Amino acid sequence: MKPFALSEAQVGQSLKIIDLTGESQSAQRLMALGLLPGTVTEVCGLAPFGDPITLKIHGRPVSLRRKDAACVQVEELVS
Amino acid sequence: MSSKNSAWVAIIGNPNTGKSTVFNLLTGKRQRVGNYPGVTVEKKIGTFQTEDWEIQLVDLPGAYSLAASSPDERVAVDVLTGHAAGVPAPALVICVVDASNLLRNLFLVKQVADFGLPMVLALNLCDEAASQGITVRHEELTRKLGVPVVPMVAVKGSGMEELRRAVAEGLAARPVLPPMQWPEAVHAATSCLARLLQEAGHKPHSEAELRRAVFDADSAVLVRSGLEKDMRKGMLQESRKHLFAAGLNPLAAEAVLIYGWLGPVVEAVEEKKAVERTPLTEILDRVLTHRFFGLLIFAGTMYVVFQAIYSWARPFMDAIQRGTTWLQHGVESLTTGLPVLQSLLSNGVVAGAGSVVGFLPQILILFFFISLLEDSGYMARAAFLMDKLFSWCGLNGKCFVPLLSSYACAVPGIMSARTIEDPKARLSTILVAPLMSCSARLPVYVLMIGAFVAPVYGPWKAGLLLFAMHFLGLLLALPLAFVFNRLILKTPAQPFLLEMPPYRCPVLRNVLWRMWERGREFLHRAGTIILALSVVIWALLYFPRPAAVAEHVRQEIETREEASGRSAAEIKKELENGESPLGQEFKNSSDAAYIGQSWMGRMGKGVQPLFAPAGFDWKITVGVLASFPAREVIISTLSIIYNLGSEVEGHEASLQERMKSERWEQGPLAGRPVFNIPVVLAVMVFFALCMQCGATLSIMTREAGARWAVLAFVYMTGLAWLGAVLTYQLAGRLFPV
Repeated sequence: MKPFALSEAQVGQSLKIIDLTGESQSAQRLMALGLLPGTVTEVCGLAPFGDPITLKIHGRPVSLRRKDAACVQVEELVS
Repeated sequence: MSSKNSAWVAIIGNPNTGKSTVFNLLTGKRQRVGNYPGVTVEKKIGTFQTEDWEIQLVDLPGAYSLAASSPDERVAVDVLTGHAAGVPAPALVICVVDASNLLRNLFLVKQVADFGLPMVLALNLCDEAASQGITVRHEELTRKLGVPVVPMVAVKGSGMEELRRAVAEGLAARPVLPPMQWPEAVHAATSCLARLLQEAGHKPHSEAELRRAVFDADSAVLVRSGLEKDMRKGMLQESRKHLFAAGLNPLAAEAVLIYGWLGPVVEAVEEKKAVERTPLTEILDRVLTHRFFGLLIFAGTMYVVFQAIYSWARPFMDAIQRGTTWLQHGVESLTTGLPVLQSLLSNGVVAGAGSVVGFLPQILILFFFISLLEDSGYMARAAFLMDKLFSWCGLNGKCFVPLLSSYACAVPGIMSARTIEDPKARLSTILVAPLMSCSARLPVYVLMIGAFVAPVYGPWKAGLLLFAMHFLGLLLALPLAFVFNRLILKTPAQPFLLEMPPYRCPVLRNVLWRMWERGREFLHRAGTIILALSVVIWALLYFPRPAAVAEHVRQEIETREEASGRSAAEIKKELENGESPLGQEFKNSSDAAYIGQSWMGRMGKGVQPLFAPAGFDWKITVGVLASFPAREVIISTLSIIYNLGSEVEGHEASLQERMKSERWEQGPLAGRPVFNIPVVLAVMVFFALCMQCGATLSIMTREAGARWAVLAFVYMTGLAWLGAVLTYQLAGRLFPV
C-alpha cells in the first residue's frame, strides 16, 4: 500500500499511521492525543462543507481540519 | 479547629472529564475567580476542609497535554512548578481521568507526574465506561502507578467521600508515580540545556522543567528565562542535537516514550467487552452531524437560542426597566428641593444600576443554553458543522455561538467567547462581536426608517433596509477578523482539534451553577465600571448649570405669551404648574437649553465639524456623544434636545414629526431640512458600526484586557465615521436633494 496524507482520506477508510512529519504543532498535539506511528484509526465523519474530518483515535472521535491532517502520513488497511 | 494544617492542591484533567463537577462538589460555594496576570486564563480557587487539612484547591484549565501551545497549558505548567503569581507550588495534584478513555487521559497524568508531585487519581465517568463495556481494575491501577485511584461517578456524587479521604491521606503520605526511565539521550539534552542556561547566568532548573523545555519549543520554562528569542532557539537547537543523534524526533519523543510506557499499564488494568448494540452517541451523531439533517437541526437549535435571548428576555428586561423607573420616581420624590442630588441619583446612579441589572436576563438565559449545549456534548458537534464557514478568516466553528448571541447583545456574546479554547480565535471573536447588530440598535433603526423611509418608499423597501442594517456588521466582521488574525495577533495559529465527547444528559444543578456564576461575575466585575461611566456621562450632560439659562427660557415664553394678550400673573401661575402646557414647555425647553450648553453639548458643537462630512448637525453630534454609554440613549437625548422631554415612550410620533421639521440654523445649508435620506442612512450606518456601549467596553476590558478594549473602540469609531461619511457622500449623489 502506498502511503498518503491523512488530509486525502475518505470516510469509512481504516488507516494505519505511518509517520507524523514537520515541525508543526498539529503533529505534536495529535501525538499527545495518542495518534502515533503504528496506531490504527478510522475516518468516521465529514462535516457538511467537506472539512473538518472526524477520526476515531483510540475509540474516541476527534475532528481536525484537513490542513492540520496534512502532516500525517497514513496507509489504508485492507480487511 | 485552628490546629489544621493548610495545603495547596491543584486539580487537572482532560476536557470533558467532569473536572469542574469534581471541583464544585469539593469546594461548594467557597470559590473565588480571577485572572492570572497578563493572560486571559481564568484563575479559580476554592477551599475545602478535611479532618486535618484546610485545603486551597486550584482549578487548572482543561488540557490534553502540558505542551505549552496555548496560554491555558502554560498556566498549568506555571502552577505545577510554583511560578504562578499568588499560587504556591501544590503539595498534591488531583488528576481527573475519564475511565472510558484511560490511555489518553493517563498521558497528561504521566506528564504531571514528571514534576515529582504527589498525586491522587479521580477515575471519573465509571458508569459511562461500563456502558461501553470498559472496566478499569482500579486496585491494579493503584499498584501499577503507586498512587491512590478513586473510582467515581461525580455527577451522581459517588466517590466524593473516598476522594476527600484519599486527598487527606495523600497529603500525609505523599504518593508519587514511579519515575520515568528517560533514555540517555534525553538526559544528555537536558544537561546540555542546563549548562547553556547556567552559562547565560540563569539559576538552575529541575530536570523535569528542562525536559519540558527540550520537548516543547514554546515552553514556559524558557520563555520565563527572559532570554532573547533567537538565543532560546539556539540553545534549544544545541541541546536537541543529542536527541537527533539518538534517532529521537524532539517533537515526537515525549509522546512516543510516554505512550510506550503507558501501553502495558493500561493493557493490564483495562477490560474491554464488545458491546452488542451500537452506542447511542454513534446513532445520534449519524443524524446530528448529517450534512443535511445536521445543519437543519443546528439551524433550529440556534433559532431557539437566539429567540430566547432576543425575545424571552424581553419581559424580564421590561420589568427591570419599570422597576428602575419606579425607583427613579421614588428617589426623585425623596430628594425634592435638592435638584443636583436628585438628578445625580435618578439619572446617574439609579439609571446606571438599572442598565447593569438590565443585562442580567440575557446573560442568564444565554448561559443556560450554553451550559446545556456544552454539557450535552452538542457544542462540539455545532463547532464541527460550522468550522468551514469560519476557518478562512482565522476563526473556528466555536465562534458561531458568541457571534450569534451578539446579535441580541454583545455583552453575553463576549462573555460566551470563553468557550473558544484557541486564544487567537477567542480574541478576534471578542474584537468583532460588537459589530453584530444588537437589539440596542433596533430602536435607532426603527425611529429613522419609520420617520423617513417607510412613508416615502413603502414598507417593503423599509423592511429590506432594516435587514441590510443587520447584515452590514456581519459583512465587515469576518474580513476584519481575518485582518486582526494576520496583522495584530502575531501568535502562531492553533491547530483546531475538537474532541467529540459522548452525548450526556445535562445535570440541572450544574447548569444553574454556571448561570449563577456568570451572572454574579458580570455584576461584580463589569457592573461597577458601567455604573461609574453612567455617572460620568450624567455629569457631562448636567453641568454647568447656571440659573440664568432657565431664566432666559422663562423670559422668552413670558414675552411671547404677553404679546398674545395674557396677563403676567396668569402666565406666571401656569408656568409654575408643571402639569400645565406652559409648565411642560418651560421644563422641556429649559432642559434642551441646559443640554445645549452642558459640557457634552459644548463638546458636540466643538466636534460637529468632524461629523459635517457625514451630514450631522450639532444636535445629532451631541446625541452621538451622549449615547456613549448605550446606543439607544441617542433617542432620549434627541428628544430632550428637540424640547420634547426625556420620556419618549408613547411619543415616538411627535419625535419623528419634530425631526422632519428640523432645519439647519446656519451654515451653507441654512433653512434646509437636517434629516434627508443621505443623513438618515449615515446616522444608521454610524450606529451599526460604532462602539457606543459602555457595557461592551467594560466586559471587553474584563475578558481581554484594556488594551484590546481601546483598540476595539478606536477601530469601530473610525469605521463608523468612515461608513457614515461614505454613506452620506454616496447617497447624496444617488438621492439629490
